Amino acid sequence: MAAPSVFLLAVSGEIESGEFPGFDDLYCKFSFVYGQDWVPTAGLEEGISQITSKSSVSPTTLVWNFPIDITFKSTNPFGWPQIVLSVYGPDFFGHDVVRGYGAVHVPFVPGRHKRTIAMFVPESTSRLQQLTSNFYFAFCIHNSAGAPERAPDPPVTIPPSLPVIRVRSQGFVTVCFNVMTKDLHKLGYDVGQGPGPQGLQQA
Amino acid sequence: MSAARRSDASEAVRELPPVPSTSRTSFAELSVRQRMREKLKAARTKAEITLSQEDPSPQPRRLKGIRERKPGVRLDKTSDNDKFREMPEGESHLPSKVKFRDSVKKLKQKSTFQNDFPSEEEAYNFFTFNFDAVPEKMKAGARKKNGLNEEEGVEEECVETHEDEQEEDEMDDDVHLVKDDDLFIGQTDEDLLVVKPVDCENYTEQLKREKEFLFIPSMLAVPASEKMPRNMQPRYLEDEGLYTGERPVVSQSNQNILENRILRQDQGKEWFGDDGKILALPNPVKQSSTRPPIFSLEEGIAPEFETVYRKAIKMTSTNPYFVGPGDFQGLFQLDIDICGLIFTHHPCFSREHVLAAKLAQLYDQYLARRQKNLTKLLTDKLHALRSAVQYSIEGSGDGVPVAQQSIPEYKMEIRQTRRLRDAEQEKDRTLLKTIIKVWKQIKSLRDFQKFTNTPMKLYLRKEEVDQKSDEKVYEAEIQAEIKELLEECMEEYEKKMEEYKTELHHWKSWKKTQKSKKKKKKDTRVDEESADHDFGEERIKPIPPRMANSLEIEQQVREKADNCRRKPGEPILVPELTLSGSITPTEQCPRAEVLRREDVKKRSAFIKVLFNSKEVSRTVTRPISSDFRVHFGQIFNLQIINWPESLKLQIYETTGMSSTTLLAEVFLPVPETAVLTGTAALEEIEFSSDQRVMLDHEGVGSGVSFSFEADGSNKMTFMTSGKVSSSVSWAVGEKGIPLIPPVSQQNTGIPSALKNIDAIASIGTSGLTDMKKLAKWAAEAKLDPNDPNNAALMQLIMISTSGEAHVPDFFRLEQLQQEFNFVSDEEFNRSKRFRLLRLRNEEVAEFRNYKQVPLHEREISEKIFQDYEKRVQERDVIDSKNYLDAHRAVVASYLQKVRESVINRFLTAKHHFILSDLVNEEEIPGLGILGLGLFKLAEPKRPLRPRRKERKKVTAQNLSDGDIKLLVNIIRAYDIPVRKQVMSKLQQPSKSSRSFNEMFAASPSAQSPPNSPDWAFNQVLVRPFVEVSFQRTVCRTTTAEGPSPCWNEELELPFRAPNGDYSTQSLQSVKDEVFINVFDEVLHDAVEDDRERGSGIHTRIERHWLGCVKIPFTTIYFQARIDGTFKINIPPVLLGYSKEKNVGMERGYDSVRNLSEGSYITLFITIEPQLIPGESVREKFDTQEDEKLLQAAEKYEAECTSKFPSRQCLTTVIDLDGKTVFITRYIKPLNPPQELLDAVPDRSQTAAQFLYLLAGDEEEHAVLLCNYFLGMGKKAWLIIGNAIPEGPTAYVLTLEQSQYVIWNPSTGCFYGQYDTFCPLQNVYCLISCDNIWFNMQEYDSPGRIYFDISKPKHWKPFFSRSLPFPGLHSIQPEELTYEHSDKAAALELQSRIEKILKDKIMEWRPTRPTRWNRYCTSTLRNFLPLLEQNQGRDIEDDHQAELQKQLGDYRVSGFPIHMPYSEVRPLIEAVHSTGVHTIDVSNVEFALAVYIHAYPQNVLSIWIYVASLVRNR
Repeated sequence: MAAPSVFLLAVSGEIESGEFPGFDDLYCKFSFVYGQDWVPTAGLEEGISQITSKSSVSPTTLVWNFPIDITFKSTNPFGWPQIVLSVYGPDFFGHDVVRGYGAVHVPFVPGRHKRTIAMFVPESTSRLQQLTSNFYFAFCIHNSAGAPERAPDPPVTIPPSLPVIRVRSQGFVTVCFNVMTKDLHKLGYDVGQGPGPQGLQQA
Repeated sequence: MSAARRSDASEAVRELPPVPSTSRTSFAELSVRQRMREKLKAARTKAEITLSQEDPSPQPRRLKGIRERKPGVRLDKTSDNDKFREMPEGESHLPSKVKFRDSVKKLKQKSTFQNDFPSEEEAYNFFTFNFDAVPEKMKAGARKKNGLNEEEGVEEECVETHEDEQEEDEMDDDVHLVKDDDLFIGQTDEDLLVVKPVDCENYTEQLKREKEFLFIPSMLAVPASEKMPRNMQPRYLEDEGLYTGERPVVSQSNQNILENRILRQDQGKEWFGDDGKILALPNPVKQSSTRPPIFSLEEGIAPEFETVYRKAIKMTSTNPYFVGPGDFQGLFQLDIDICGLIFTHHPCFSREHVLAAKLAQLYDQYLARRQKNLTKLLTDKLHALRSAVQYSIEGSGDGVPVAQQSIPEYKMEIRQTRRLRDAEQEKDRTLLKTIIKVWKQIKSLRDFQKFTNTPMKLYLRKEEVDQKSDEKVYEAEIQAEIKELLEECMEEYEKKMEEYKTELHHWKSWKKTQKSKKKKKKDTRVDEESADHDFGEERIKPIPPRMANSLEIEQQVREKADNCRRKPGEPILVPELTLSGSITPTEQCPRAEVLRREDVKKRSAFIKVLFNSKEVSRTVTRPISSDFRVHFGQIFNLQIINWPESLKLQIYETTGMSSTTLLAEVFLPVPETAVLTGTAALEEIEFSSDQRVMLDHEGVGSGVSFSFEADGSNKMTFMTSGKVSSSVSWAVGEKGIPLIPPVSQQNTGIPSALKNIDAIASIGTSGLTDMKKLAKWAAEAKLDPNDPNNAALMQLIMISTSGEAHVPDFFRLEQLQQEFNFVSDEEFNRSKRFRLLRLRNEEVAEFRNYKQVPLHEREISEKIFQDYEKRVQERDVIDSKNYLDAHRAVVASYLQKVRESVINRFLTAKHHFILSDLVNEEEIPGLGILGLGLFKLAEPKRPLRPRRKERKKVTAQNLSDGDIKLLVNIIRAYDIPVRKQVMSKLQQPSKSSRSFNEMFAASPSAQSPPNSPDWAFNQVLVRPFVEVSFQRTVCRTTTAEGPSPCWNEELELPFRAPNGDYSTQSLQSVKDEVFINVFDEVLHDAVEDDRERGSGIHTRIERHWLGCVKIPFTTIYFQARIDGTFKINIPPVLLGYSKEKNVGMERGYDSVRNLSEGSYITLFITIEPQLIPGESVREKFDTQEDEKLLQAAEKYEAECTSKFPSRQCLTTVIDLDGKTVFITRYIKPLNPPQELLDAVPDRSQTAAQFLYLLAGDEEEHAVLLCNYFLGMGKKAWLIIGNAIPEGPTAYVLTLEQSQYVIWNPSTGCFYGQYDTFCPLQNVYCLISCDNIWFNMQEYDSPGRIYFDISKPKHWKPFFSRSLPFPGLHSIQPEELTYEHSDKAAALELQSRIEKILKDKIMEWRPTRPTRWNRYCTSTLRNFLPLLEQNQGRDIEDDHQAELQKQLGDYRVSGFPIHMPYSEVRPLIEAVHSTGVHTIDVSNVEFALAVYIHAYPQNVLSIWIYVASLVRNR
């Protein structure tokens, strides 16, 4: 068999839940952002979840359990995919307002991973603004990712340095990834082995 | 259930080898586990103690149940089950206290791992478990069974609780339950609590009580005697030369307290050393770690996770004396005032200057001497001494012994003083003499050379003296001196006599011995011969001293007085030097002198200030004045960090424009700390240079000998020399604190002691790297070599002086880089893949958007780099192939470079973000908006009312091919040229029945079938359709009819960005244009035979190009949409078509159209999706403009834009060098070239640059045109406005016969103010050479505004009464010189272009042969110059006739295209867009002619005539 010229990364999992104290009826948008050498081969690059409400059973967590499933093909680990999340919910007037932005890299190591992402929102530039505005924020994109038609509101990726923007954390989102890779090791990239599979074998 | 599972899991782990590396247990967890285990142990022992009496019950009651639930449990499980079984027993007996305590403990444990709460059952079991005090048998039995003891079981269980992360959720539930249980237990035990009030104590009482047992040691110093053993004196080891080391600093009061406290103790004195101080180590910091080594208590740790203790490696500090940031105490500042420079000799000195300098020097000396007045001082002293002697001699009778004794001393002093006075007097006199002599020399020189170079004048003021008294004083002085000398001589004589006597005595005795020796010699002659030699020298017999002669002495004295003293009665001469003389004006001087003066004028000097041999500043270059003085008057504030080692001034002289020579270096002393700015006096420091200068004019040169004498004798040589007057002082800070380094402050108090110890202070930081200096310092500072603190330094010095150590002469910034390199540099450079990745990262244009860089080297082809390499190589090689003209090629490559640099600026700007780039925040609503909002709320709801939805804007970065479409809406056209009706006179001579005239050949149109030939006359005049071509994609509309067709069709064209790069800056640089061509569709009857006419229709469709509109893509991109009516660019000659004919068919709009000629088309163009045009680069450019002006400009712009935000206000522009320039500087009357005066000058950067570059956009054109108009004496302004299709642009406004005319500078078209089809849509501001006016009127379309700029209500001027025009000079050149064009080159270019175009046409017709009709081509070529002459007007008919005559057999369709020339590519595009080549009649022939008319300065106007010919059969 000829040596592979690309490696594959399959990610499945779900956006499990979020903790946003003081907010309710939130929904979550996700999209993947990746480098120039990456191409998604299957699955959804971006999506938008249902609106979830708090319940009396779990008064702190908002559970989405929204599945993600995507496969990438790449020639270069540079630009490893990141998942970008933005959570929205209605404000006092019923407008959809962003409640948090966050991003995390898809884990390198095959196996099941759970990531808790701290979600931030930009601060108003001044007190007055804080009072008057209804906190409409939208972010411009910096990494080239996703076509505009499919992402009506552009996602956030964090540029290398942002000295100009002040943000505040407003909650957490827990995401679960099941990562599989193919040919990564063959191509000389050693990401180690996850504990998951081995543990399972032993049991 | 969960318990069972947990135990199951525990088994699994028990079976596993203890390899936590594979488990998810982290280090943190390990320690937590350990802690927990300890707590458990403690709990268990406690339980054992309390329950030791309890009777354990062996019955396993619950075992069964558990087993039932979990049948798969193994045998070893039983040990656990044993515990369970025992628990219920214990529970009933346990005192509630214990339970409570345990539960609390358990809770604590819980809080340490919140994630891993034990299950309900487990918790229950745990608390109720009877930790029995070992029923030994049981335990042993259990061990036998399992090989595992009970403790381990418990341990394991607890450990396992966190192994199982999967069961978190269940755990959560358990926790709640456990908590609840515990709480209930706690609440029931109320009897444990006793409520008591809080004790309160009186403060004084408390103090009293405290006094009983508290001791407060005194802060007073303890006398030394108390600290020492009795009868002992303190002894100071340091004084005895032993090294004691430095004690840590402890405040005196603390020391006293400690001493007092120690002395209270028994044997307190043991704590004191010999010197009466508390024993202390020099350095309290211990060298080795006292922390005990950590031994791993857990055997189960995998070897790879075991912590290995490595001793911290001490960094051998390479640079121990680096000034740390902590030492930094702010900046220190030296103020260096460089006042000026005076040359005492300079190569350009004329002889007179030399003398004048000498005179000035002498005069200075004289002044200095006079100020000191030593002669007077010494004379007075002499008098005082004499009177003192006199007095003491007189008073000697009183027998004062002291006075007697001091007489000889006085006398001695008198002699001394007199000698000094004499010397001084002599000096004074010679000085005066030389001054006079030099002055005389100057005078004679001036007489000789007949001009004066220096303003020096010497006056000698005579001070008359009283002859008699003067004589008396003189005589008395002489007498006194004679007397003293006599006395002196007498003394001398006596002394000598004495000497003589003793010597004589000696001599006599010697003589005697000599004689006796001689006798002896005779005996021992041989032996003593050598010794005899010693004595052999003859001793001279002493001569008796001579008595001094009083007469002789008198003569001596008088002679001397004559020499050095003013003669009695002679007036005192006081020289006065003034600069009041006049210098002969240059015109009256001889040539050599004129040359000298000119040379001086060319020279200038400046001074560099070097601090620690580094240049820190320099003065301005000032010309050397004619009196060889240079005034700088500059003060330099040097903020320094390093200790100043040297301060040096370098004096440079520049001659003319070229050479700069170092004249001399002057060292300035580093000022004392007391010298502060304000108090420092200017000092003059002399310098001289050894440079040798020979000059060919009157200047005497330096280092060259010259002479004042005519015969050349008495040669003199001077070196360039002079004085720098300057002062150096320490600056005084804001609060009056002198900015002096502290070291120096201490330095003054304790001279050099501290400085020696601080190496940096003494040798400077730079000295630290110099080993020799360091060693020298160490030797000088007398470092204690035994002091361990100095060990490292001593070693370093030892090594360095012995020369063994190698001190690297470089400094590595990233010393770890090597370790992080995953591949060697060579491999990195060799690898194609890495190269590709690197180039992409550097955002090189070709690779910026390269996707999916292949993973293997072999998959990358070499070809990828070829283009790039070629481009890099050819960057500087000018390729004339594409440009045909070397000059234009140079320009093109220059423009390419400018473009590249602009793109690079954009790329860097792209990485800088401002807040608005990242966060879209709503504007703070103003009152107006709020009001509107409220108003809107009150509005009735109209759900059916259509509303325009804003299109979503898309940033251009995340797009790919096919995402962007160009939408072109062709709406209608006016005044399309129509086919010529009848060409009767041409028809007859034509041989063929069917002339080329299309109406015969015209075939059926949709409306009326062409049954009768008569119909032809009624046939539609024209059947136009529009074809849009963009990026070689072509779309066309349907065919409409008539000269004013209406299409109303939308065409969609895809857009592809270059290199697939959709970033803003790449879209901005798209050069493609949208061609909108209007064609006439002509149907020809293709039927060869009339007989077939009945049975079938055979027509051939031909299309005739009528005209086109070109719109650059970038315009569409920036404008977002283009909506308007455009003039169709129709060639001056359209064969077979005419315009006038259809004027008859008025439709009412003609009245509006009165001024305009030509055809128009209404278009709407936009891009889907809408792209956000890139923002301008936020960069400040440097400028040479006045800061105030720029501020005023900014203010003006802000005011304007606040009133009319949509109107652009332009005050400053950026020139080619990237500098901000005020716009009015561009406007200035310029002479148009003669050839263009009659024609419309349609060709502006400054005009000179533009003409050089031959490339510019509308603004440049407009500026040049405006300047030409001004040059022709017209009133002209530059209009900044908005036009279609250019967008924001510049037009020109002129006032002609009280009518305003608007000029389009790029086409040369002009429009009246009220012209409907004027492309200029909005007028924002007007610019003239001295002002800017901003449009303040309500409307801004040219037809609706007043152009009268004198009304400030309508036009807001920039320069007004409050800010008058400062007279900014123009940056345009005075006059443009026009180079005459090279006619030959134009001819050559003409033939080359013709060839290229012909080749292209053949290329575009790959399937058919392309035949060229030479005859026609030459005919056409003859027409073209005619067209240029007439500017394409009014020749159509003649032209047509001519052509017909000559080419009667052919049906010709063609037209001339007129274009300005810059490159070949647009020409090709233009020809292609006309579609001449698309004709596919088999026997078609082509004709193509090119004519270039060269205007001055290489401006070329190009005419291309293309035609297709079809032979009529």
